[in-house]
Amino acid sequence: MWKWIQTFASPKNFYQISQKIILWFLIPFIVLILIGLYWGLIVAPTDYQQGESYRIMFIHVPAAWMSMFVYLVLAISGGIGLIWRIKLAYVIAKVSAPIGAAFTFLALITGAVWGKPMWGTWWVWDARLTSELILLFLYLAYISLNNAFDNPKTASKASSVLAIMGLVNLPIIHYSVKWWNTLHQSASVSVNKVAIQDVDMLIALLLMGMAFKFLYGALMLMRARDEVLVIEQNSSWVKRVIMEHR
Amino acid sequence: MRKRQNRMLLVSLLVIGVSLASYLGLKAFNENLLYFLSPTDVAKGRAPKDKDFRLGGMIVKDSIEHDGIKVVFDVTDYANTFRVNYSGILPDLFKEGQGVITTGSLVDGVFMATEVLAKHDENYMPPEVADALEKAKNKQ
Repeated sequence: MWKWIQTFASPKNFYQISQKIILWFLIPFIVLILIGLYWGLIVAPTDYQQGESYRIMFIHVPAAWMSMFVYLVLAISGGIGLIWRIKLAYVIAKVSAPIGAAFTFLALITGAVWGKPMWGTWWVWDARLTSELILLFLYLAYISLNNAFDNPKTASKASSVLAIMGLVNLPIIHYSVKWWNTLHQSASVSVNKVAIQDVDMLIALLLMGMAFKFLYGALMLMRARDEVLVIEQNSSWVKRVIMEHR
Repeated sequence: MRKRQNRMLLVSLLVIGVSLASYLGLKAFNENLLYFLSPTDVAKGRAPKDKDFRLGGMIVKDSIEHDGIKVVFDVTDYANTFRVNYSGILPDLFKEGQGVITTGSLVDGVFMATEVLAKHDENYMPPEVADALEKAKNKQ
């Protein structure tokens, strides 16, 4: 088992296999986002309170889910890198950070645009909004720290420690609406409760949620392939790959 | 092998340490993290006297009285109720039975608000379903 993981996680092997896997993420993403947008913008009915404005949820909620999911990937890969010294884990963490930051930014922006007409304000410093903003800063801190060292090994280690320290923010974001009074409402979809009382609304949201997951998978693999070539630039197999593409 | 276990231990300690520190930190600042106070909190005297605070709750049915851009309404958490005085633009979702968060201060038992924000819940449904639910609730 250990041996098998080591062979699979070797940068060379990853580079060869990932090329085919990317399509398995990219094609489902395109299919799901098209059906999801159709379902969300046309099939799903108007909301009883928010009218058509609620439809921004189909971007906002998946983006917010992904902002936390990608951070989890970042911290776990960082941990795997630190403990088992697997290069590929550091690569996955490094290339995931800007994607996660983009999802977080998207969640914050769509939330602000949604908050202005519904709540009456772009932004408030309540526990949910503030902890999500801290998540964006964690991503940015991770990216900065990773670029602050000349030695890539030191950079990976230091930034992974930071990623693991930031992990504590995820339960805080998730439970912020339960632990404290916030302007932001509680979760509409959770393990034991679904407060979306319409099947089409729910289907649209889940389709978009899945689309975003596949999008992340595709983007992460594409970026990881490039990063693998950079870190392995002195090895013979990379030189061969480059020769082939000349 | 032993080195790897040591590293595993260090990573676990890092997670536990940071969690503990955050727990203590959040516990210490718990009061400050509450975005608003409920009418019961205010009735119990938890509101600051010398500065503005936020009062949140439900708008009582049939309590809204408009007079130009001035508006008066009652905010309740079903245990205590406060009268709120405000003049300015109201958010779209401001209506009876809806959640609201107001910023201001208490003057002779009346809350003088300088800002009114609407708080909606996590439920989403088409109007027909909302009507049906409302009817079922009235029957009970």
